[in-house]
Parts: sequence; C-alpha cells; structure tokens
Amino acid sequence: MKVTIDNITLEVEPGTTIMQAARMIGPEVAPPAMCYYEPLKGSGGKCRACLVKVTAGSEKDPRPMPKLVPACITAVQDGMIVENTVNEQVLETRKGIVEFLLLNHPLDCPVCDQAGECHLQDFSFEHGVSSTRTVEDRNTFEPVDLGDNIKLNMNRCILCYRCVYTADQITDGRVHGVMHRGDHAEISTYIEKAIDNDFSGNVIDVCPVGALTDKTYRFKSRVWFSKPMDAHCSCDKCSGNVTLWYRGDEVIRVTGRKNEWGELKEFICNTCRFDRKKTSDWTIEGPTNVSRHSVISANKYGAGLIRPAFPIAQAARDFKQIDDDRDRSFLTNQASLPAKK
Amino acid sequence: MKILTQHIDVPGIETIDVFMKNGGYKAVEKAIKTMTPDEVTEEVKKSGLRGRGGAGFPVGMKWSFLAKPEGVPRYLVCNADESEPGTFKDHYLMWKTPHTLIEGMIVSSFALGANTSYIYVRGELMYVINILEKAIQEAYDKGLLGKNILGSGYDLDLFVQPGGGAYICGEETALLESLEGKRGNPRNKPPFPAVKGLWQSPTVVNNVESISATSWIVNNGGDAYAAIGVGRSTGTKLISASGHIKKPGVYEIPLGITVEEFIYSDAYCGGIRDGHKLKAVVAGGSSVPILSAENILTTEAGEKRLMTYESLSEGGFATGTMLGSGGFIVMDETTCIVHNTLTFARFYHHESCGQCSPCREGTGWMDKVIKRIETGKGRMEDIDLLVDVAKKIEGNTICPLGDAASWPVAAAIRHFRDEFEWHVTHPEEATKPGAVYMRPGASWTK
Repeated sequence: MKVTIDNITLEVEPGTTIMQAARMIGPEVAPPAMCYYEPLKGSGGKCRACLVKVTAGSEKDPRPMPKLVPACITAVQDGMIVENTVNEQVLETRKGIVEFLLLNHPLDCPVCDQAGECHLQDFSFEHGVSSTRTVEDRNTFEPVDLGDNIKLNMNRCILCYRCVYTADQITDGRVHGVMHRGDHAEISTYIEKAIDNDFSGNVIDVCPVGALTDKTYRFKSRVWFSKPMDAHCSCDKCSGNVTLWYRGDEVIRVTGRKNEWGELKEFICNTCRFDRKKTSDWTIEGPTNVSRHSVISANKYGAGLIRPAFPIAQAARDFKQIDDDRDRSFLTNQASLPAKK
Repeated sequence: MKILTQHIDVPGIETIDVFMKNGGYKAVEKAIKTMTPDEVTEEVKKSGLRGRGGAGFPVGMKWSFLAKPEGVPRYLVCNADESEPGTFKDHYLMWKTPHTLIEGMIVSSFALGANTSYIYVRGELMYVINILEKAIQEAYDKGLLGKNILGSGYDLDLFVQPGGGAYICGEETALLESLEGKRGNPRNKPPFPAVKGLWQSPTVVNNVESISATSWIVNNGGDAYAAIGVGRSTGTKLISASGHIKKPGVYEIPLGITVEEFIYSDAYCGGIRDGHKLKAVVAGGSSVPILSAENILTTEAGEKRLMTYESLSEGGFATGTMLGSGGFIVMDETTCIVHNTLTFARFYHHESCGQCSPCREGTGWMDKVIKRIETGKGRMEDIDLLVDVAKKIEGNTICPLGDAASWPVAAAIRHFRDEFEWHVTHPEEATKPGAVYMRPGASWTK
C-alpha cells in the first residue's frame, strides 16, 4: 500500500496506521502522541494531539476526509495522502490541544520528577504557544499513594488512560481505572485499593507526565543530572533488561528500556525497579542511546548535534531568522531528508 | 395527522388488550406472516423515515448498512436514554403507550434478523422502566415475544436496561459500552456499530420515536408515510415544546408546517405568554444553535421557515439551526441569553465523559468563562476567547458531544453578542436579580 505523508511517499503493509507509517519516515513527520502507546492494546484516540488532515482518502475514493483524523488509530488506505506538519489547520488545532492539556495542569515542572523526560513538556515546547489565555482556577486534587512505591498526583494527569490499559494488561480484575466524568475525572484504584501486582511499577514508565512517579526516586535528582546506562540481571520474573540511572556512583533509579518514541520495550518487575539499586545487582552493558529526550543526552557522551523536532513547515518559515551556519537545506527540500539513523 | 400519538388519550392504552383493540400489534402479524425481512426494510427505506434522535440519518439506509456475516448474532438497541435538556418526547411516548415502542421493536428486530433486542432507558425514569417491563411481560404472555412468535419460527427476546444517568450514554457507542457493563465512554469510529457494535457484533441503534414509527409504516406502506411531510423530511415528528409559551407539551406535527404556525397556532403552542414577545428559540434540544426571533421565523431568503430538517438548517449556522431531537425551547424577552448559555455550558461541562482532551478541558473552560461574564467579572476579550475555544473543540472530538457543547455557545455569541458585551460593560446592572439586556429601541419581533 502506498501512502504519502507530508509529500513523502512510502510503501506499507495493509493495516498500518498513519502514525506507524509516519514513524517509519522519522521524527520529523511523526505526529506527537500523548495517549497512544504502541505496546498497549486499545490505547489511542483520546488526546487528539495526533490529529492530521487526510487530503485524499485513497486511490479509489480520493475525496478528502471532512474532519481531522487521529493518526494513531486511523488505518492507511492505498493512495492516501496525509498532511501533518505542512497543514496550517493541523498546526492550529495542535496549538489548541496543547492549550487544553495545560488548562488544568499545575505547571509545577520545577518540582516535578518527570521534568526533562515529560512528553507534555516536549509537546508544548514543540507545538504550543508561550502564553496562556486562562485566568481560571485550576482543578486540584490531593496526591495519593498507590501502594508503597507509587505516588499519584492527579493535578498533573492528562487522562491518557495509558496506566489504565497497563493495569488491564497485567491484572485479571479491574483494579485501576477512571472515576467520575469530564475535567473532574480522576485515576483511581477502586475503593483506594493499591494495585497488588509484580508489574504495577510499569504504570510509572507509561505515564507521559508526572502524575505517576516512583517514590523511591522522588525528589532525589533531576533527570538531566543523571546518566542512563543499559544493564541486565537474571530475574525470575521479568527479562531483567533495564536502564539504570546513575548520579555519580549511585543508582538512583531503575526504569524499563524505552525506544525512540518513549515507549517501553519490555515491562520490568517491581523487584528490579524498586529493590535492586546497587551496581553489584547488575551487569552493565553501556550507556543508553538517548535520542528523544534532548535534555538528557545534552552534554553527555559527546552526543551529536541536537536538533529540536520542530514541525518542518514552521521551521522553514522561521528559516531566515535563524542565525547560524548549520545545513538546513532539508527544511525546504523535503526530498533530501537526512537518512534515519 | 397523528401516527404515534393517535390513541394516546384512550383510557387504558398502556394495557395490551386496549392497545390491540385499537389496532395494536397488527404490524407484527403483517410483517412476520406475510413479509420477508428485506421487504420490511424496503418499506422503511421507501418511507424516507429519518432518525429522530437528533442526527436525522435515514433509518432504512442505516438498516441496510448492517453487516450480516453468517453465524454472528445481530442486535437492535433502542436508544431511550433521552437526556437532552429540552427534549422529553420519548419519555412521554413510553410512559403513555409502551406497546407502541414494543410493537416497533418486534417489527424492526424482525427486519434486521435480530433475536435479542434491548431498550436502554435513562436510569432516572424508573417508573417508565416498570411500565415497559410490565408491557413486555404482557407481550410475552400473548406470544408476541419469546420463542416462535405467532407460530412463524421467529424468536425474539426483548430486555429493558436502565442506564446509570449519564447524558453521554445517549451517544450510540457509549450506550453500547454501558450496555456491556463498562464505563460509558464513546468508542472511536470506525468501526461503526453496524459492523462491530454490541459485543463486537453488528448492531443497529435507533431512537424510540424512529422505532415506534416503523409499525405504522408496515401497516400503511412506506409510500403513505412518505406522502406526509415536505421533500426529504417525511412523516410526523414529536416536538417537545417548553418555555414561555401558553401550552407547553409534546405535540405530534406533520413535518412541513411553518415555525410560525407551530408557535402561534392554538393547535400547538398557542403563542407566547400574554404581554410578552418572542426573543429566541432553541429549535432542537440544547445542543443545536440558538436562533433569534427574526431568524427562526424566516430564512435568509425571506421565506417562512418550516419545521423540516432542511428548512431549519437553511443558511448554515450563520442564520440557521437544526431540527435535532425536537426539543423546542421558546424564550421571551425576559430571558437573559448569557444566563441561558451558562446553563447549557454547565450541563455539558458536567456531562463530558472526560475521554478526549478538547471536550474534557474545553467544556469546563467555557463554563468557567461564561460564569465569570454572568457574574460581572468578564473581560471583553473573553467573548472572542469563547468563540475560539468553541471552534477548537468542534470537530476535533471522539463523539458529537464536543460539537453539541460548542454550538450553543458559539451561536449565542453570534446572535446575541451585544448581550455578552453588556454584561462586560455594565457588571453592576447585569448582576442584579432578573436583569435582562434590552437592545436600544428593541422590541423583540413577533
């Protein structure tokens, strides 16, 4: 099947979604995803951050789709033409989505453990505006504990449902879900019951914001002060493949390994995550290749030039105002996009 | 011309004996004994009957989209979760003549080949649920439901399911989720219910009024139904009229009478209450755009507006509105449009399911901003802010609740901007109890 995204045509298998196809091309054209999480079945379609314009439905029926469609759950048709970063309406709508997501968000990044690896920060940096139009009081909730090691701060939650789908996948009964409606909805383990499961810690990793955080890591460091290292151990519950986060010689945090889209490659167990915090517990493989979260890879390991993933059209428009001599010809000449690493 | 409410005032019509004496259940006999399911569908298609729940999608066409794979059950679900502010027609119909709905359910289920059907009733209407259950039991006793209906070999089980009292469960996919026992969140579409609906099986979801009309269509033929009405708006429609009129209530009208006749004729609303003048009308339930008196009575082209799907939406949203679910709210000059818009915005804020971000955050935002304007703390830029927020919600959500929340706000500002501005510039006057803005020299037209 042929699909064209932002003037780049590629061949994909039937059943591929627009999001998957765009990710094959690379981060320059991939729509942002706040709720979609490829490993979680059923996720997506909720945050509306990935809305794209379909200017031609398919070869057979080349009519444009009347509304913007969510890229993460819309399957491509043969001959479909999609506009993401080159469409004004899409960019304008995305600005609105950032605004909506930040409307009741406390913006407490300075004291939030997630800052620096927060998808909402990335999203608003890349697609939002720097000012706010709201003067209203924000909805507030009291932080609660989900078990001994997980803290839930509903103020920061954007209701992406990722943790709900994770809990659904790792447990049989429904113990974790959403209560109430609308902007007063909240994540809850039913009747304040902690998720009692060896893999419950993974909800921390799937959370795109700082709503679910690791209590063993709470307030210990900022992510950009720590160095991630890939490591493994022989664990009888999970694969044991993790990322260790060092500050100096100390392991301050253990997380699952993530791919370039910030998605977990494998779930890890709570023992690995919360209890194995000594270097002697692990076999170190080497530094983690951090590509997505620029702030983490900055100034470490002599990483290459960091290019913020601005929408191409927007960057091209601002091209002349940028005063440096880096090669930006690919911004105006889309055929010569740099090859994906 | 009355179809649904023809016998509604007959004493004891809620019992099956009286109902049958008045010609009830003839359609079941005719359909099951003398027609094939496809013939019934064909008649409904011919009738031009359009969905009465609000969207106005042709019922026959919806039925023909139903996927019919071998060995997979099909379901008919009746959407009786009527919770739109201003709409109370289904409630009235089910309460007065429950058998009209049950007869329609049997005929429609037969046409679709469904052996299990559900009526999903709004949970607040517990007494209506009791009436329906009693009526269903009577139908079982007469052999009109259950195994081998009227000796034809066709089986149908009919269940009533009370909802939990959420407006969002009136959206068809949220309704199906709720019916499956889950949280009533709308599903992403596609797949549409016609392919994957209840328990991942092909499902048709229809409004109470649409289903009830099918039995008359079977009895009298699709052409007879199509003969009533104007153009593509055929048949009769229940309108629940409320507000500042002399005779509020549920009226069955042949589609195609003028709006003026509906408001002022003694057969219907009987005019605005004495000493007052028409100011605005919400023509189809709270989610359709509000219109000023001039716009509701005449179209942009200067013609009289008719009570039809097409005529009411003439002029787009600039000067038109929608027939919607038929919740006809009439307001006279004592109504403060800002307060009215606040009431609607608060409703959608409360009822948004919270699944997708534009609706979850946007409805709350609009509610808070309008509240500020209403309480005299508004800023001039808030009015344009509201328009922009409404625009950012519209069309970007999973289900139509986002549209329904943004339209009334956008329309109120479009047609009554001066009232919002007056609230901002005259906060002290505007916050006095009962204060209403009068346009300079205005007399709200008749």
